[in-house]
Amino acid sequence: MSLLEIEGLGLRIGNVTVLEEVTFAVGAGEIVGVIGESGSGKSMTALSVMQLLPQGASCTGRITLAGRDVLAMKERTLCRVRGKEVGMVFQEPMTALNPLQTIGDQVAETVLIHERVGRAEAMSRAAEALARVELPQDRFPLGRYPHELSGGQRQRVGIAMAIALRPSLLIADEPTTALDVTTQAEVLRLLKRLVQEDGMGLMLISHDLGVVAGMADRIVIMRQGRVMEEGRFGALSHPYSLKLVEASDHVPEREGQAGEAPLLEVRDVVREYATPRQGWLGKPGVFRAVDGVSFDVRRGENLGLVGESGCGKSTLTRAILGLEEVQGGTIRLDGQPVFVGHRPNRDVRRRMQVVFQDPYGSFNPRHKVGRLVAEPFHLLDDAPTGEAREAAVAEALESVGLKAEDAGKYIHEFSGGQRQRIAIARALIIRPELIILDEAVSALDVQVRAQILDLLAGLSDRLGLTYLFISHDLSVVRNVTDRVLVMQDGRIVEQGGTEEVFTRPRHAYTRQLIAAVPKLPRSA
Amino acid sequence: MRGALIFGACLSAVFAGAAVLSFLWVPYDIEALDIANKIQPPSAAHPLGTDHFGRDILSMIMVGARTSIAVALVAVGIGMGLGVPLGLAAAARRGSWLDEVISRGNDLIFAFPSLLIAIMITAVFGPSAVNAIIAIGIFNIPVFARLVRGAAMSLWTREYVLAARVAGKGAVRISWEHILPNVANLLIVQGTIQFSLGILAEAGLSYVGLGAQPPVPSWGRMLADSQTMISFAPHMALFPGLAILLTVLGLNLMGDGLRDLLDPRLRRARQ
Repeated sequence: MSLLEIEGLGLRIGNVTVLEEVTFAVGAGEIVGVIGESGSGKSMTALSVMQLLPQGASCTGRITLAGRDVLAMKERTLCRVRGKEVGMVFQEPMTALNPLQTIGDQVAETVLIHERVGRAEAMSRAAEALARVELPQDRFPLGRYPHELSGGQRQRVGIAMAIALRPSLLIADEPTTALDVTTQAEVLRLLKRLVQEDGMGLMLISHDLGVVAGMADRIVIMRQGRVMEEGRFGALSHPYSLKLVEASDHVPEREGQAGEAPLLEVRDVVREYATPRQGWLGKPGVFRAVDGVSFDVRRGENLGLVGESGCGKSTLTRAILGLEEVQGGTIRLDGQPVFVGHRPNRDVRRRMQVVFQDPYGSFNPRHKVGRLVAEPFHLLDDAPTGEAREAAVAEALESVGLKAEDAGKYIHEFSGGQRQRIAIARALIIRPELIILDEAVSALDVQVRAQILDLLAGLSDRLGLTYLFISHDLSVVRNVTDRVLVMQDGRIVEQGGTEEVFTRPRHAYTRQLIAAVPKLPRSA
Repeated sequence: MRGALIFGACLSAVFAGAAVLSFLWVPYDIEALDIANKIQPPSAAHPLGTDHFGRDILSMIMVGARTSIAVALVAVGIGMGLGVPLGLAAAARRGSWLDEVISRGNDLIFAFPSLLIAIMITAVFGPSAVNAIIAIGIFNIPVFARLVRGAAMSLWTREYVLAARVAGKGAVRISWEHILPNVANLLIVQGTIQFSLGILAEAGLSYVGLGAQPPVPSWGRMLADSQTMISFAPHMALFPGLAILLTVLGLNLMGDGLRDLLDPRLRRARQ
């Protein structure tokens, strides 16, 4: 008998069937990866185990934890199980901790709730738990507040809270999705070590096959509330699983006719921000977000720009787009400067466009799609009006695989992938030469991501577009770009042909980044 | 939830309707004194009784609603008309000297007790409904400016605003096309709340004799007039007091209800 057994679990919330016939087990000391796209029911399965479901939810089937039926437990019993026997780690380390409590108090709280011990004893147990997640007391005392820690350190605190009482089962719901790739690798290693030390069962939920494949003993693939397949990574055979595996390492077909002539020239760009002044009379400090960056984007090529959060890539993007003026250096598109006398140059602006990351935040919810897509027409002095405008919108929508009638709908009627298509249509409508893709596929499910990458490759070939592909996701960058730049602390530390950089990285930071990327075992 | 909104809207509509009706018809002429019938308790002829000059209280409340609503409406108009552009400008140029001037100006106005300043303004320029409107209106400006600045600043970081900037749109155009429509629901809600506060403020100013001047009736002054007679003619205080209470209650309920109705987050939470 396994530690956690889920048998024929069904879940309805109101009139909606969320889970159907979900069956799998997690043994002691075993790591089970639960994989699925958004809406597949993977988080709801975890919440069913904890019985932390939203109002109006009803479960059928059986969930047993060490032989005891969870669904039959009363709320009081469940409160004793949660935190003590089952620990949970959440996705967002920013919001999972109370900003007004010290990390020591928050970890000690778990102990105080479940065991009759004094505060001093609880605090020493908290110190021990924090030490186990590699936050030793000499560097991270109990009195620290969450805002004094980095994202990865906060996630470690979250893990410390979950394992303080050495639960027999740990549920981690997308524990590394909000983290940078090197931090992700550290947190995954930590989870693996804790599982080995305590003999815990770990249910690791993720949308990213790469994260789970290298770590899990078994993988459960979910789709639309059902388990499609369960097995070792190498032994997956269900068509849907294979499609997922293919999509997560998708290489779009491109003709790739990169010319030699530079389209965008960035030379010695410096962008500084003033930091708050120290005291009333102190001078404001200066933070250099971009520090002497130079590179070219050649006409027709796909250039990747990779780096972790805070490395300055977003600042650089805004400077290239002419949204913020730089303090030093020049940015030229086809020889023309982006800024002329402190004003953005409209002639340059109309030749480049951008696609942002968040398919939900990049559209004004109160405008119709036709108006949203036509927005860049504002840059043209002779923008088409009336029927010509409608025809242009229709053409842009059709070129990204949507229908002309979609112009009359509101943005909330579309899925995430469709919204990203609309964002691309908006970028295409004034026929720019350069499109900056700022994490444009990072928020998408793997299959949708693969489709969007194919769409982008097709458009590039057809319209002769040049892409600057900005991403923290190295595996995607590797698959779609010709050349790549690696950015760290506002500087470009390495640049070169993509394959060259990935196979023979020269800079230590590049090596570290590449080593941290979770890879799908090639045997699959 | 929905019930409170409908109830509030109905209450507000009753008083708005009474004000509109008073232009066309009132039971009695409010300027005609009828000393023979002074201080009558409610009866069939005078449903809410008469005051110390024999005027019909129902008629006075109907015409008084006109004053209250006009004062509050114009005051909210002043507040929105000046406060919203200031707030939008401060958010669009966040951190600049303009933002600093607008924000500190807001702080300055907030730092004064509003009713005292209103009394000062009317004391200097003479008591009248127009001066009451200006006094109340000035204090509405920072309320709207702050509200809009805060909401607009978070909207300015949205990617659709970034996309509009990439499309070469300027701050004025972005504020008009993208920011204003997305703060409109906040404005409607705050507007109803300020409206009810405006009615209260007008009643307060009239009570101390600095609002609308006789013979224009006003709820606040009706209360003041009845003060000395409250022991033997409680109806004279009761009905104008109830009118103030019910109007303010109605508007507040409507404001709360509208907030829930217009805020998609709260709407989802209720489902």
